[in-house]
Amino acid sequence: MRIGIVCPYTWNVPGGVQQHIRDLAEALIDLRHQVSVISPADDDAPLPGYLVPAGRAVPVPYNGSVARLSFGFVSASRVRRWVRDGDFEVLHVHEPAAPSLSLLACWVATGPIVATFHSANVRSRAMHAAEPVLQSALEKISARIAVSEAARRTLVEHLGGDAVLIPNGVAVHRYAKADPLPGWPGEGGAIGFLGRLEEPRKGLPVLLRAFGLLAPRRGGLRLLIAGPGDAGEVRGQVAAELRDRVMLLGQVNEDDKVRMLHSVQVFCAPNTGGESFGVVLAEAMAAGAPIVASDIDAFRRVLRGGQAGELFETGNPAALASAAELLLDDPRRRAALSAAACEAVRAYDWPVVARDVVQVYQTVVSGASHVRVAAVAARAR
Amino acid sequence: MSHLLDIFLVAAVAVLLVVYVSWRAGRLDRLHARTEAARAALEAALLRRNLVAVELASSGLLDPATSVLLAGAAHDARAGSRQREQAESDLSRALRAAFTQPGFRAALSGAEGAEELLAELETAAHQVFLARKFYNDAVAATNAARRRALVRALHLAGRAPAPEFFEIDDLLLATAPDDGADMRRLTS
Repeated sequence: MRIGIVCPYTWNVPGGVQQHIRDLAEALIDLRHQVSVISPADDDAPLPGYLVPAGRAVPVPYNGSVARLSFGFVSASRVRRWVRDGDFEVLHVHEPAAPSLSLLACWVATGPIVATFHSANVRSRAMHAAEPVLQSALEKISARIAVSEAARRTLVEHLGGDAVLIPNGVAVHRYAKADPLPGWPGEGGAIGFLGRLEEPRKGLPVLLRAFGLLAPRRGGLRLLIAGPGDAGEVRGQVAAELRDRVMLLGQVNEDDKVRMLHSVQVFCAPNTGGESFGVVLAEAMAAGAPIVASDIDAFRRVLRGGQAGELFETGNPAALASAAELLLDDPRRRAALSAAACEAVRAYDWPVVARDVVQVYQTVVSGASHVRVAAVAARAR
Repeated sequence: MSHLLDIFLVAAVAVLLVVYVSWRAGRLDRLHARTEAARAALEAALLRRNLVAVELASSGLLDPATSVLLAGAAHDARAGSRQREQAESDLSRALRAAFTQPGFRAALSGAEGAEELLAELETAAHQVFLARKFYNDAVAATNAARRRALVRALHLAGRAPAPEFFEIDDLLLATAPDDGADMRRLTS
């Protein structure tokens, strides 16, 4: 099948949606489909062969944080050209309600369109001024996929209609084995965090405060943090005498990410909300890391209500500290959680997920013509 | 005789003092009133900018992605769910991101109503800039007056709360590299 996939966020910036699309595209190629992905990308970024760059994304405030998005007439005409040249049997857009490339693709294309909704952000009547514009683009979608129950609920409540649930995939085999980073986890134990440092919803400040409670009474305990952002600002949130026990790796490549997950005794996901599935959490599970996570809907479901990882009261540093301390002191509990996480994560392995997605493609493709440039959008230029 | 003169002098000084203090109190009162009026003007300017941004978002002139961005930012600024100044700055940045797209004006030129709407938005954004400047000016003057020893000693400010500065990013158009004439700075 000839499949065109649209990624709304900058390809070379780590993020759940980008990772999802990369793994899906590669799993589909393994299943012998022809795949082309269009995505915003920085000029100098190394790109895989299946990727068509749509130019640089622009940082803009969106939904309470700064997002890099592709919008405007120039981006729209790039997508239009890609659709025209691609002759796809199916167009698969991701996060089409976000003001970026996927929404533009819905605008310019017509034919079998599948959309995957990732986000569980509550964006209730916010859209209401742009509602007709948004609806007329989203109406063209013939099949909708939600990656989590929370994302599906958001979709039902805010856009109407329904979606099939196909959970996010994790390339489990990539995470199973890796050497810890040199010197880790070390004598006093280590807690890990992975995610963008500044983004409030990722909850790093909660973990830093919890570390501030734990570190003074647990000599040698260290914090291993990976993710893009201002390291100085993070250090500033930690008491001066504890700063040399906080290691910031910055943005890590895939290999180092896996090694990082194998370098800690406890992996912490302190997100304060907004997370629809938690790819990072599933990756940590695939690496067999014992997990301490916020008790938000999406995490509770992925962690099977706490069987595959400890849940703590969202946003509460003291609760995080005591949950982490229990695990640090109990190697048998850690081993049990690690085994349960490896087991639970199998349902999210990519080959399983990609086959489910292909079934959706087949349903919308049967009897339909290929994806074409929409007449209205063609006139608009 | 000198006794009477003393009484007269004390009374005169007392009267002068009362006059002076009430003059100072009146001045402070006028400063507070000026601040309140400036604040009302600022709120009106922000609201107007918001409404024009929403109108542009729902006009169908823009691509859907830009429309959703603007509508979302305008909504957040109105809802005041987050810090107000932050939300208004975010609206400024969203507008700037839309306006500084390469070829933005070229793409809209000729579309019905586009010129008027863009001009109205520029005016509204400039008014926000002006109103904020006047408001912050009034705040500075009021707070300087409140800090004076006499005002503090006699509690002349009463229970009126000290006004606060309103700090936002209100540039509509920063100088963009790709476009010439129409990318002027609206603030100095």
